[in-house]
Amino acid sequence: MGGSDMVTSVTSFSRTGLSDWLIQRVTSIILLAYFLLIAYQLMGSVDYTSWTKLFEQTWMKVFTLMAALSLAAHSWIGLWSVFTDYLTERMLGPKGNTIRLVCQLAASLALVGYVIWVVVIVWS
Amino acid sequence: MRPTSKDTRPVNLDLGTIQLPVTAYASIAHRVTGVLMFFASFLLLWALDRSLASEDSFDALVAVLSSPVAKLLMWGIASALTYHALAGVKHLVMDAGVGETMRGGVVGARIVFVAALAAAVSWGVAIW
Repeated sequence: MGGSDMVTSVTSFSRTGLSDWLIQRVTSIILLAYFLLIAYQLMGSVDYTSWTKLFEQTWMKVFTLMAALSLAAHSWIGLWSVFTDYLTERMLGPKGNTIRLVCQLAASLALVGYVIWVVVIVWS
Repeated sequence: MRPTSKDTRPVNLDLGTIQLPVTAYASIAHRVTGVLMFFASFLLLWALDRSLASEDSFDALVAVLSSPVAKLLMWGIASALTYHALAGVKHLVMDAGVGETMRGGVVGARIVFVAALAAAVSWGVAIW
């Protein structure tokens, strides 16, 4: 293992490719189910009363939180795959690893922010 | 090109000089739409926040979303998400052992592109 490889694996979501692979698929199914539900709701006539009533129910709050956590994990893994392919020393020169770490950190912080935001939206 | 410590073979990743198969375009589009959804999630969360905060903010959101720019954005996000989801389902199908051959990959990529195009047209009809 070179230094660059170590940096690569330490910023992956679950440290191993196999569990990242599985997490990516499980979260994709949760997100697909959630977006299908939202799309189905928006297809019908939505007003403020029916919309808030939906999000007041416990199962919808839990489902929304699950979708937010899935989005965070799924995006982390997806962006990591993209970053480790293109934001590298071979593609960008000596600063490649630094640029990748900065991008990964920024993306991770944004995703944590997304989850906190969803918790605030749904539980307040 | 700067060689890495482990591998000093030359690498050509100048995409402009490489003839890419349809599977490569499907893969690149999956990545591009994925990155787009990361940014679009901010707008979606903002809309969710506005839609639930109060009846006034709900009405204000409805007004904002009826503008031409907002409709174009919604269409773009819906189309990108649909492509990303369809390409994701294709992965799950291939994980199940269906269409893993070179021929299967090409057919799968074409199906995803056609279905995503049809979905984008449908979103356009629904939004405008």
